Amino acid sequence: MKTVIVVGNGMVGYKFCEKFIATPSNNAYKLIVFGDEPRPAYDRVHLSEYFENQDAKALELAPATWYKKNGIELITGQRVTDIKKEKREIHTDAGDSHSYDYLVLATGSVPFVPPISGVEKEGVFVYRTIEDLEEMMAYASQIKAIKPNGRAAILGGGLLGLEAGKAVLDMGLEPHVVEFAPKLMPRQLDSRSSNVLQLKLESMGIQVHLSKAANQILGDKVIEGMEFGEDDRLDVDMLIISAGIRPRDELGRTCGLEMGTRGGIVVNNKMQTSAEDIFAIGEVALYNQMIYGLVAPGYEMADVAVNQILGNREVVMPDDIDMSTKLKLMGVDVASFGTPYMPADRGLSIIFENKTKHLYKRINVSHDRKTLLGGILVGDASDYNMLHQMYLNGMALPENAEELIVGARGEGGSAFGSAMDLPDTAQICSCESITKGNICSSLLDGKSESLKDVIQCTKATTGCGGCKPMVTELVNETLKSMGKEVKDVICEHFEYTRQELYGIVKVKGISTYNEALDKCGKGHGCEVCKPALASIFATIYNDTANKEDVIQDSNDRFLANIQRNGSYSVVPRIPGGEITPDKLIVLGDVAKEYGLYTKITGGQRIDLFGAELNDLPAIWKKLIDAGFESGHAYGKALRTVKSCVGSTWCRYGMDESVSFAIELEDRYKGIRSPHKLKGGVSGCIRECAEARGKDFGVIAVEGGWNLYVCGNGGATPKHAQLLAEQIDNETVIKYLDRFLMYYIRTAAPLMRTAAWLEKLEGGIEQLKKVVVEDSLNIAQELEMDMQSLVDKYECEWKQAVENEEIGKRFKHFVNTDDRDDNLVFVPMREQKMPEPWTN
Amino acid sequence: MDTLLQHYNPVSTNQVKTWFKACLEKDIPENGGACIKYQNKQIAIFNYKRKQKWYACQNLCPHKMEMVLSRGMIGDTEGIPKIACPMHKKTFSLETGENLNGDLPSIATFPVKLENGFVYIGFSE
Repeated sequence: MKTVIVVGNGMVGYKFCEKFIATPSNNAYKLIVFGDEPRPAYDRVHLSEYFENQDAKALELAPATWYKKNGIELITGQRVTDIKKEKREIHTDAGDSHSYDYLVLATGSVPFVPPISGVEKEGVFVYRTIEDLEEMMAYASQIKAIKPNGRAAILGGGLLGLEAGKAVLDMGLEPHVVEFAPKLMPRQLDSRSSNVLQLKLESMGIQVHLSKAANQILGDKVIEGMEFGEDDRLDVDMLIISAGIRPRDELGRTCGLEMGTRGGIVVNNKMQTSAEDIFAIGEVALYNQMIYGLVAPGYEMADVAVNQILGNREVVMPDDIDMSTKLKLMGVDVASFGTPYMPADRGLSIIFENKTKHLYKRINVSHDRKTLLGGILVGDASDYNMLHQMYLNGMALPENAEELIVGARGEGGSAFGSAMDLPDTAQICSCESITKGNICSSLLDGKSESLKDVIQCTKATTGCGGCKPMVTELVNETLKSMGKEVKDVICEHFEYTRQELYGIVKVKGISTYNEALDKCGKGHGCEVCKPALASIFATIYNDTANKEDVIQDSNDRFLANIQRNGSYSVVPRIPGGEITPDKLIVLGDVAKEYGLYTKITGGQRIDLFGAELNDLPAIWKKLIDAGFESGHAYGKALRTVKSCVGSTWCRYGMDESVSFAIELEDRYKGIRSPHKLKGGVSGCIRECAEARGKDFGVIAVEGGWNLYVCGNGGATPKHAQLLAEQIDNETVIKYLDRFLMYYIRTAAPLMRTAAWLEKLEGGIEQLKKVVVEDSLNIAQELEMDMQSLVDKYECEWKQAVENEEIGKRFKHFVNTDDRDDNLVFVPMREQKMPEPWTN
Repeated sequence: MDTLLQHYNPVSTNQVKTWFKACLEKDIPENGGACIKYQNKQIAIFNYKRKQKWYACQNLCPHKMEMVLSRGMIGDTEGIPKIACPMHKKTFSLETGENLNGDLPSIATFPVKLENGFVYIGFSE
């Protein structure tokens, strides 16, 4: 058996192990890994997250047991001190020696500490390992204890420096980023985008100092400040150096491998050093005269070394290495790809800048306007994946290239095609080098059946995760092209459609959410399946939302609509829009007493806005005492049945539309459905009640009513379609009972009647058969179910104000009677409104 | 507005200096949540009755800076306990505070302990 020794257990060293054991021919080799940090390899890219949770395990790439399970001998806390090339042997600081057949150097790099006088003072740190972070945190909390407004400087305004800035902000010190170059992230950004990023950072409380070279660290033994030049100093209590990296190449140097003039172990495109059985990968390797400080090229090097050692000699490193990066710095998107900034003789740039929104986008286009050469995105990098792919694959640019960054004018929006248009060779996940071909064939070969499988199989998205939207699109489109139905299940907790779940609940007599999870679900539920089941329970048992309030959508839980600032609206039912003067006065009195904004709605009722949670029961008590009921404006339930005055007053009226509207509203009030329901009754075909824009509409004609169903206003207005003509009041109710119940049972969650009808095979003709002709022989059952719901109606607000236990729900704090002091209202046209949102 | 967010920094168990007696266990609905006040902080507490676990986090949703998270629905995704904001259904892990369906800043989470029917929340100050 041959032995491969890996020196270094960082991200690239780990990736080597992962790729090595995944290759079938690895059995003939024994793998020994040395790491001089105390723990196994962790994710250094996300190091700043350690400040938030101090959870080293969360950063771990794989636990120590993973190495063992895969037959890898992992030796941590021990350093390799010497290589005897001729004897093929290494020595460690524990005095051990091991012989190898192949040696892989993945020793990475150390932070570069510039030779500034005083850099050895207490309070100066570097930013590289978890241990560095722990020391920094301990020191920062000491400072904070004596100086609550302490300051920390970060030397270096590159990627890592800005990450460190975030860490300082999290530690509660005032961060100052000091950069030698005249711009931030000098390798990735041009000066305009650097300006935009600087504005954004400063708005977050991070000070930026550009074009500054420190020549001295001030202070006795402990750092007190930095001096840049005459009369130019910055007082700080702490300094974090992240001014670049230097390869950890001592081993190569001492054993006589070929070295770069400024460090780094020289490798060829097989990742081989000047000794053919010694490989170097990651930040210690000098390839094409360059040290690559990004994780993606490091991973690719690991892959090449694995293949070379295991005999796949044709796998070599490409000549050009893509240095594109996309990251999120303190919540700000920053991305650059290809040639981010370039001399004018190579091409032309299209630049969009909006400093008010901290937004900057630049793309560089060849002189013939056919190819994308590179670009920069700051503030919004949502188009990065597509732009990056266009660049990598040399795809043709659209005629108006500016649409790539400012969006297409007119309909349709995106200037990009679908991810399916990319060539198979397009690299989708650059961290793991996964192509579009890899992803699609994983599904086509039957190895995977879902997004989850694809991720498990290919490891795509497991690096930075930036490619997830594209991978998801590819998986969904490929599944569709294979004719596989992506089943419309409720969510990960219930693998059923709403209709299936309705059947199960009914047949098994399930009546609580926990019971449903136990009998046909898994996990602990979510914001999708809870309200869906609440709606199903309501359809079967017609209990009010008070019965199991924690599974209700928030609005149903508090029996009111949450408004923009967390206050609520109060909407009593005014059936058919008919209201007595006395009741109008009550509404006015209540609104005045509680300072509520008052408006007449499109559904012919009166909304009172701006009620605090604590006041809701008292407000409703007054309304209920005056004879009002809940209007269910907060629920997926019947809202209003709008009416015109009809023949009672109108000289054209054919029938009493108000009376009929009130009858219908009172009949269907309180019934929960997959989405909200609205109705209308018009007294003649002039249609003043807009009944054909409702889920159900009735219009008086010669000889009876015409009944229309499945219309709506909203984002996609739909006219309701004729279900039956010239029918009497009783028949309208019979058909409506059947229609509504059929919809409630079979629609998907949050699907309104119009969308439901569109999906119903056979459309309106089929619906007529079921409702009017009773082709499924279920009409009687539907009518009975509806009647039982109607009979069980109870006003849930009445329940809430009469029951002290329910009343307790409406307290903002459970441990004090204080009110929410975050609620801010501003005056508007003699009334009030919530303070506008600033973000 | 960002200053409001800065009131809330995550606390891990080993950083706790004060265990604040927040409320009675029964003040928090089973498999639901409610809000308590501690000094100038609003803290949402959630009772995962099904798995006998309790969680606490800031009541402030970092999306629109409203004090509403306690009124949201709890649940889990792939085993991670989460809260969905009632405003726009932004979801956050109750373990790490991470925004699970977007790029919002993480919310601060706090340790919870139960003693003699009372709920205590751990603060670092």
